[in-house]
Amino acid sequence: MQLLELEGLHVAFSTDRGEAKAVNGIDLSLKESETLAVVGESGSGKSVTALAILGLLPKRTAMVRADALRFDGRDLMALSEEQLRAMRGKDIGMVFQDPMTSLNPVLTIGRQLSEIGEVHLGMTRATAQDHAADLLDQVGIPQAKARLRDYPHQFSGGMRQRVGIAMAIACKPKLLIADEPTTALDVTVQAQVLELLAELQAEMRMAIMLVTHDLGVVARIADRVLVMYAGSVVETGSAEAVFSRTGMPYTRALLRSVPRLDQADEGPLRPIRGSPPDVMRLAKGCSFAPRCDLVEARCHLGQPPLARCGPDHQAACVLVEPTA
Amino acid sequence: MRRYVLGRLLQLIPVLFLVSLIVFAVMRLLPGDPALLMLSGAEGGAITPERLNELREQMGLNEPLAAQYLNFVLGALQGDLGSSIRFQVPVIDLILDRFGSTFELAVAGLFLAIAIGMPLGMIAAARQGGWIDSLCMTLSYIGSSMPVYWLGLLLVLVFSFTLHWFPSAGGGSFEALILPAFTLGLLSAGVLARLIRSSMLEVATEDYMRTARAKGLFPRLIIFRHGLKNAMIPVLTMIGLQFGALLAGTVVTETVFSRPGLGRLIVDSILSKDYPLVQGAILFLAVVYLLVNLAVDLAYALLDPRIRYGN
Ligand SMILES: Nc1ncnc2c1ncn2[C@@H]1O[C@H](COP(=O)(O)OP(=O)(O)OP(=O)(O)O)[C@@H](O)[C@H]1O
Ligand SMILES: [Mg+2]
Repeated sequence: MQLLELEGLHVAFSTDRGEAKAVNGIDLSLKESETLAVVGESGSGKSVTALAILGLLPKRTAMVRADALRFDGRDLMALSEEQLRAMRGKDIGMVFQDPMTSLNPVLTIGRQLSEIGEVHLGMTRATAQDHAADLLDQVGIPQAKARLRDYPHQFSGGMRQRVGIAMAIACKPKLLIADEPTTALDVTVQAQVLELLAELQAEMRMAIMLVTHDLGVVARIADRVLVMYAGSVVETGSAEAVFSRTGMPYTRALLRSVPRLDQADEGPLRPIRGSPPDVMRLAKGCSFAPRCDLVEARCHLGQPPLARCGPDHQAACVLVEPTA
Repeated sequence: MRRYVLGRLLQLIPVLFLVSLIVFAVMRLLPGDPALLMLSGAEGGAITPERLNELREQMGLNEPLAAQYLNFVLGALQGDLGSSIRFQVPVIDLILDRFGSTFELAVAGLFLAIAIGMPLGMIAAARQGGWIDSLCMTLSYIGSSMPVYWLGLLLVLVFSFTLHWFPSAGGGSFEALILPAFTLGLLSAGVLARLIRSSMLEVATEDYMRTARAKGLFPRLIIFRHGLKNAMIPVLTMIGLQFGALLAGTVVTETVFSRPGLGRLIVDSILSKDYPLVQGAILFLAVVYLLVNLAVDLAYALLDPRIRYGN
């Protein structure tokens, strides 16, 4: 059964310069205890999509519309703000990119952890403190009990991200959304944090939606991949299919542009030429066309739809040979 | 922490020296001769040059300025601010006698400023862009742009002369404190409300506020536990500054409400060229102001652990 189903999500921001179309009708789904990697260049709408699922986009500037948004059999669009709140942090946990700024500098780690148990699990302050210590222990922070009284600035970046993860898994959520959880960390620490996520997932059987730039990570831990470009999904499918039978020139370019530990013989790295389109002024055709090596006249006619190109594999490119 | 406090106390020394030098200089630069003023006040017509010179000698005014300043500073260092020319009693006694009333007024004013300004600013921030926000901000502008004496007179007119709720003048009682405290407090309330609003709005965009929402905390908890403490950090500095402004602002308020405070004492003694009294009182106020700001900085460290465990 699908745990999360999102259909036709559109997000536009009203800005000083006009309307920014950050997400343009994407579909996304996730099964229980599955790992979905969402990849794409900066500004492609990954974070916006993640925040939209949790209903965390700023109400004043973001216009969010979707045909369907279901989680664990519930229609999230029909929920009241209070019902959504009760779900956030309890059924869906979120880890943010920058552990330096996403923890509150003036509250102790213990406070920031124990309040979750108090709010969602009806714990008393004392029980919640014990629970918080257990959580720190679980994410591999030594002397957990003593560290509850410390403040975020007394932790290193990697340790802070562990705290961030502890907060996200406090209520054993069915889904963990991790928005580039390792981007801000040192390379050695990155591997440890990913290792931790994988362990926790195996232990708690939760689904993970992992937003990342790092295709090496994707190849290692993702079951399925969703490639975003300029607010649209341009390729999606099982990790195996997307990596070995890449359908979309953008995905191919992305694969060539980053070093990967699992495939050393791919030839020299090649950055993608040009830069992503301005979401304020999206053209009518394929939004990757201006940067594509294989561009043809028909690419400019309209945005190609996602087409099936294999079992559990879809790509949005005129060159893709559709299969039944 | 103790080292921090000691360090801060040491820093006060040069500041106080500067203050003493400035008051001393300004008083001597003002036209008028205290001896002459005293003679013409006390003994009527018969002012002879001999009498004048005798008095100036007695008051130490014939010594060179540098010696006069040195006497003032050396005395102050030993806690002796000299004797008032006009009242012929030790300056420190006069100050302590009047300071209670002024301090009481400034504290009451600050209390009102916080009690009114904080909720106003927080409500405005919570309702950013709506009509409640506009209303709160309009009130805050009105509050902070009214001249003190005008606001004081207005309050007296309404609540004293018309409604007879509170006395219009005097000191000593709680009732008599209310109107002057509002006069002073409304001004600072306006300033504080705007600062708290902008500080809350700025904090609201921080990553940790988004984290707090992603954790599914109650909105109230997010605002008060996660937002307010952070938003208070810049506000606290402002409260310290406002307290200084309140202490200074008591001069006008005390005059309007005829309260026997330090502010009025200073104004009167400037007019009568009572050098020792003015110098002593200003120096005293400077010490109070600096100590209040030190207290604010310590409170700041309590709010912000990054300072408390300072590198
Ligand atoms: N609050 C906002 N107001 C206006 N525009 C926004 C806002 N948040 C995001 N955007 C815009 O939406 C687009 C998508 O942003 P998003 O943060 O989802 O990108 P991303 O894929 O997460 O990129 P990155 O890899 O840099 O995190 C960007 O063009 C961004 O400028
Ligand atoms: Mg992002």
